[in-house]
Amino acid sequence: MIAEAGHYALVLALALALIQSTVPILGARLRDPALMNVARSTALAQLLFVLASFAALVTLHVESDFSVVNVFENSHSLKPLIYKITGVWGNHEGSMLLWVSILALFGGLVAAFGNNLPLSLRAHVLAVQAWIASAFYLFILITSNPFLRIATPPIEGRDLNPVLQDIGLAVHPPMLYLGYVGFSISFSFAVAALLEGRIDAAWARWVRPWTLVAWIFLTLGIAMGSYWAYYELGWGGWWFWDPVENASLMPWLAGTALLHSAVVMEKRNALRVWTILLAILTFSLSLLGTFLVRSGVLTSVHAFATDPTRGVFILLILCIFIGGSLTLYAWRASALKQGGLFAPISREGALVLNNLFLTTACATVFIGTLYPLALEVVTGDKISVGAPFFNLTFAPLFIPLMIAVPFGPLLAWKRGDLLGAAQRLMAAGIAALVAIAVVWAWTRGGAALAPLAIGLAVFVIAGALSDLAERTGFFRLPFATALRRARGLPRSTWGTAFAHAGVGVALIGIVCETTWNSEYIGSMKPDDVANIAGYQLKLDGITQKQGPNFREQIAQFSVKLDGAPLSVMTPSKRNFTTRASSTTEAALLTRGFSQLYISLGDTSADGAIAVRIYHKPLVLLIWFGPVLMAFGGMLSLSDRRLRVGAPKPAKAARGLQAAE
Amino acid sequence: MTRKQRRLTMIGGSLAVLALAAGLVLNALRDSIVFFSTPSMAAEKHIPAGKRFRLGGLVENGSLVRGDNLAVSFKVSDGSATLPVAYKGILPDLFREGQGVIAEGALDAAGVFKADTVLAKHDETYMPKDVADALKKQGHWKDDYEKKPGVPGSPQASQGAAK
Repeated sequence: MIAEAGHYALVLALALALIQSTVPILGARLRDPALMNVARSTALAQLLFVLASFAALVTLHVESDFSVVNVFENSHSLKPLIYKITGVWGNHEGSMLLWVSILALFGGLVAAFGNNLPLSLRAHVLAVQAWIASAFYLFILITSNPFLRIATPPIEGRDLNPVLQDIGLAVHPPMLYLGYVGFSISFSFAVAALLEGRIDAAWARWVRPWTLVAWIFLTLGIAMGSYWAYYELGWGGWWFWDPVENASLMPWLAGTALLHSAVVMEKRNALRVWTILLAILTFSLSLLGTFLVRSGVLTSVHAFATDPTRGVFILLILCIFIGGSLTLYAWRASALKQGGLFAPISREGALVLNNLFLTTACATVFIGTLYPLALEVVTGDKISVGAPFFNLTFAPLFIPLMIAVPFGPLLAWKRGDLLGAAQRLMAAGIAALVAIAVVWAWTRGGAALAPLAIGLAVFVIAGALSDLAERTGFFRLPFATALRRARGLPRSTWGTAFAHAGVGVALIGIVCETTWNSEYIGSMKPDDVANIAGYQLKLDGITQKQGPNFREQIAQFSVKLDGAPLSVMTPSKRNFTTRASSTTEAALLTRGFSQLYISLGDTSADGAIAVRIYHKPLVLLIWFGPVLMAFGGMLSLSDRRLRVGAPKPAKAARGLQAAE
Repeated sequence: MTRKQRRLTMIGGSLAVLALAAGLVLNALRDSIVFFSTPSMAAEKHIPAGKRFRLGGLVENGSLVRGDNLAVSFKVSDGSATLPVAYKGILPDLFREGQGVIAEGALDAAGVFKADTVLAKHDETYMPKDVADALKKQGHWKDDYEKKPGVPGSPQASQGAAK
């Protein structure tokens, strides 16, 4: 009954989306406000029905209703409640339902809070949003219906993949989807602008907060996923340049570029045509990511060819939306007037440079991800493009970008003074040189590149701080005055500083982890001691324990630092009987920003257990950096400028009011 | 500067960065990609010792030998040819005899594949895709190897490697 209700709600949502995708456009053509307002009510109603459908699936999973295929294949009655809920999106059908729910959520938010938008713009945006939604409702209903029943219901389910039975699944996919799908709003705004053939600075003012929201979630989602992989997979890696990860990195890079070019458009009314293109590309990359992950093309090009329904369907959606929007762009973009002029050395110029490097870096990731697929389709050769490729392409492109980051905020709009900016960055430059010298002296004979990279990171952080110091007059003026000026600074300035500093912080973590990571791999018996980075780890013993749906083998280590007892670490290995598979639960000991990491391997016949112990210096900075970036984004989002709303384009507003 | 000059500067700069990126990509594609082979493909192609590649196939039953200090050796087979593999370290959770495996490394002078990475990107039913494709091509595929894809955005369900 619940399954059927959920299915029915989804069909109704599709029907509403179809109305929403046509009627408002018709209304805009006829200049009929009543028809245009249909968009608002259908968007809200659509959200309601999708949420009902999603709630139905959650209920089925919580109740362990194994007469539904999706529940049977991914749940187990003994599974803890939290994983019953998160298991809803731990599979193909459920995650697609989450995808459309979030799409509808964003549409609903535009409908609910978009009262200050020009009526025809809102109608167009919501209609485009509904086109995307309709396509994905059809996809779910035709190829991946989560509400299918089994004729003869089994008694017990097949359980969720054990690796996914982790709190990471509760947070990571929803965050990632909020980011991915959030970019659909900028896409819809871009397509709406092209359809209307009109675009102004106010347009950027509306688009920017939505892009920022999506970007914040995507940043946190990627960081969260990386940390999850780090502790769950048991060998301490945090980024694998895996196609699935690249699929989320590409929209992030394009989205970061979009965020910056939207600033230029908002403040200076320049780069309009480019911003529109970026908005289209960013969401296209999100769609591409969905295609890569959801079509099975990564699992096997051949599986894709033999069971093509899902893959071909998403590919079709991909082609229609990307092809359609780019065609529209080619056709209409010339109609958009060019904006303000600026010299190459200026804030705008710096942001163009940022866009150039970010999009190029994105393009290299794109090539590295799709080249193996293309080669396999064309020649049948199988190759793997891994970390070495990306280290050789991505890293060199990021270095000039990082050097340029501190200069950007210090340059004036329209025509900047590079020499002046360099002078103001003198302190940051000195800090960087000192950092290089200190790290160099400390690790004599070690890696040559690492101190330079740390220096670069310090330059970025110090550059962000000196921008703040410059604006508040921290070292020039009395403390009280500086404090008052600091309070008066726009929050977006603080946001910029935090986000830029976050990049530097993450870089320090990445460099330290990859360069000075020490590891101990060996087999240990009880009372054996392993020495690593000044720590002594003694294996006290191994015990067995029964969990709710697994058996667990726990090893207890007592950790000493230079002889003084410090803590106890208990890594374990879980065996899940239903799926006959096991997971490694690493034990982590955090000391400042560094971590000790133990994961277990196999037990041999003589009772020795294989262990892998890492000391990872400053590893937490890798994720602390993105958190800082996201925090900067939130500060920027709370800026007064964005809350008071965009200035209304006087003429257009009057025209619409007359029609009401 | 006139509008035209400004635009030319901008376009020139963009082209320079794009050219740089293209150079980097081509260079990296030449040096850093790794081909995939099964034991019989490796024999056919006469891959020289020291050239890195990915070896995929099934771990032959009864071939796994554990030595001192986490050294292991096993044989990888694709039904028509086998290749001995030597590895030092912890094998992934799902490494089993009779299951699919992918190892990355190079052949030594004696014709033993020295692996520095062993990937087991599969659960109890899922085969590494390259292995599955190769087995299918050679007619050694069994239907019960059918796979179950992971979840998006998750750390690639059961992706793991011992390094």
